Amino acid sequence: MMRLRRDELMVAGGGIAAIALLSLLPLFSDGFVLSFGVNLMLYVAMCTAWTLFSGPTRLVSLASAGFFGVGTYSVALGLDFLPFPVLIAIAAFVSAALAGLVGAATLRLSGVYFVIFTLGLAELIRQVVAWSQSRFAHKMGLYVFTDFTERDLYWMLLALTTLVFGVGWLINRSRLGFALRIIGDDETVARHVGIATARAKIVLFMASGAFLGIAGAIVAPRYAYIEPQAAFNPMISFLVVIMALLGGTRRLWGPLVGVIPFTIVMEFITARFPNHSSVVIGITFLAIVYLLPDGITGRIEGLRDRIRHRAAARNGIEAPEAIEEKAA
Amino acid sequence: MQIIVTGALLGGTYALIALGLTLQYGAARIMNLANGETLVAACFVAFWLFTAMGVNPLLGMVLIAPVAFALNWLIYAWLLRPLVRRAKNRGMLEVDSILATFGLLFLLQGLMLLGFGGAYFSYKFLAEPFLILGEPYGLNRVVAFVAAVIVASLLYLFLYHTRQGTAVRAVAVDPASSRLVAIDVARTAAFAFALGGALTACGGTLLSTFYTFNASMGVIFTMKALIIVIMGGVGDVRGATLAALILGVTETAVASLIDPGLTLAANYALFVLVLLFRPQGILGRASA
Repeated sequence: MMRLRRDELMVAGGGIAAIALLSLLPLFSDGFVLSFGVNLMLYVAMCTAWTLFSGPTRLVSLASAGFFGVGTYSVALGLDFLPFPVLIAIAAFVSAALAGLVGAATLRLSGVYFVIFTLGLAELIRQVVAWSQSRFAHKMGLYVFTDFTERDLYWMLLALTTLVFGVGWLINRSRLGFALRIIGDDETVARHVGIATARAKIVLFMASGAFLGIAGAIVAPRYAYIEPQAAFNPMISFLVVIMALLGGTRRLWGPLVGVIPFTIVMEFITARFPNHSSVVIGITFLAIVYLLPDGITGRIEGLRDRIRHRAAARNGIEAPEAIEEKAA
Repeated sequence: MQIIVTGALLGGTYALIALGLTLQYGAARIMNLANGETLVAACFVAFWLFTAMGVNPLLGMVLIAPVAFALNWLIYAWLLRPLVRRAKNRGMLEVDSILATFGLLFLLQGLMLLGFGGAYFSYKFLAEPFLILGEPYGLNRVVAFVAAVIVASLLYLFLYHTRQGTAVRAVAVDPASSRLVAIDVARTAAFAFALGGALTACGGTLLSTFYTFNASMGVIFTMKALIIVIMGGVGDVRGATLAALILGVTETAVASLIDPGLTLAANYALFVLVLLFRPQGILGRASA
């Protein structure tokens, strides 16, 4: 039986309260606010799933749109034959299998190969899907008609987000999470203490991919008409990366801080200046790299540490480092 | 046979683009994801020179290359050198440079989209048949191939027969030891990055003579160049050239035998094969 520390219980309590509060949103509003809520919740789920892998390993995955599209297509293809929950399971399974293949090909080598491979992955799948559709089905798109309302989608995405956080928390406590922290700090050390680094990374990438696939499956009914161009839109991958990095990936909840402002900004820009979105994304990327290398949460934590340090110095208590130096 | 010749002609231009990237990644240690944007920008400049001023693209290339060299030097000096200074090890620089050039990719692509829109552009230059072994090929493709061979040969002479070129190769092998033999590593890295940009711009200029281009196709070409670089072995000039020819032929074969929509899939198939069997590159030696 797992034992929980007191602060962990408090975080868990806070989380449950937040989820309960968020789940009330559809009861109070519909229309624009709810639709915006679905957008927000979608990106929260996807960015958290992305951070699950890319946070501890520091490998930037640009394949989110690939998994998202696989999930969307799983629903679109099977909707006439199978119930929705089964399709979600299929989406998770296929995405995880895809992540496993990509991981097996690239994660045993240096990180750069992984980044390059994921860069074109969504486009690759899009080409293959488009080709097989025109070749075998002689049509470009698929219809998805369900009884789901925006409200249902919102709740499902909230449940997915909760699940991602839960799994992330469990992984963090497990041997796998411990192994990943060591890999993130120094991969050579990790290999020397006997961690199967490639396997750990592949397992985690599969989990992350599965969640991204589920996210795609959940929002499939929203599109009504699904074609490769929309389902495998590479912009999805880039937005996920940028929001997660903006928030900070050192904590699993870091991306939350980035998703909310950036979704609002993007909503504004696509409405007012649709031609400028690439420029804005480019500038945000550069700003993150040069000004916020650890994201907003990383910056806040840095500031907090400094303030504590100063407060400690003012109270005449020696900073921990100073004590260590004396001891040495 | 026709497929092999067409593919090889295409591969010549690919080789120039990939040589640019391999210099930037191999010697300057910058994984430049905005490489394709340099290429597209060169396409547009060549287009503008030709249609507005009647400048022959081959002459245009002589104008475009120095400008691309200067601009890439500035990009390195202003944007990337702070990252090189900040990075504690090569892995960190890799992550930072990927993200920074990724941002640059969007910025440049966005600016070009604003300037030219998403439409496709092309112009007619030497669009007449040229017979090789009794089969007709576009003269513009043949000329682009010959020009690419000349530029690549110049690069080879430079890298292997001049002091500055030897310095670039030394930095590619080991920046720390290069310093011990009085090579200015920071300067040489900037030079290699700028030279890489100039080569890619040459590739872009040649590409524009026979290829229909638009503002957002840069990423696809970056992807192709990356695959070629990895196939050839990072920093390996001869390997990259061979890999470019293989990629050109494979792509042409898939496009003409199966479906033109599957070229990226063909690239990926090669990529996966290389990753699985020869991750050190087709001509590379296994690392210890």
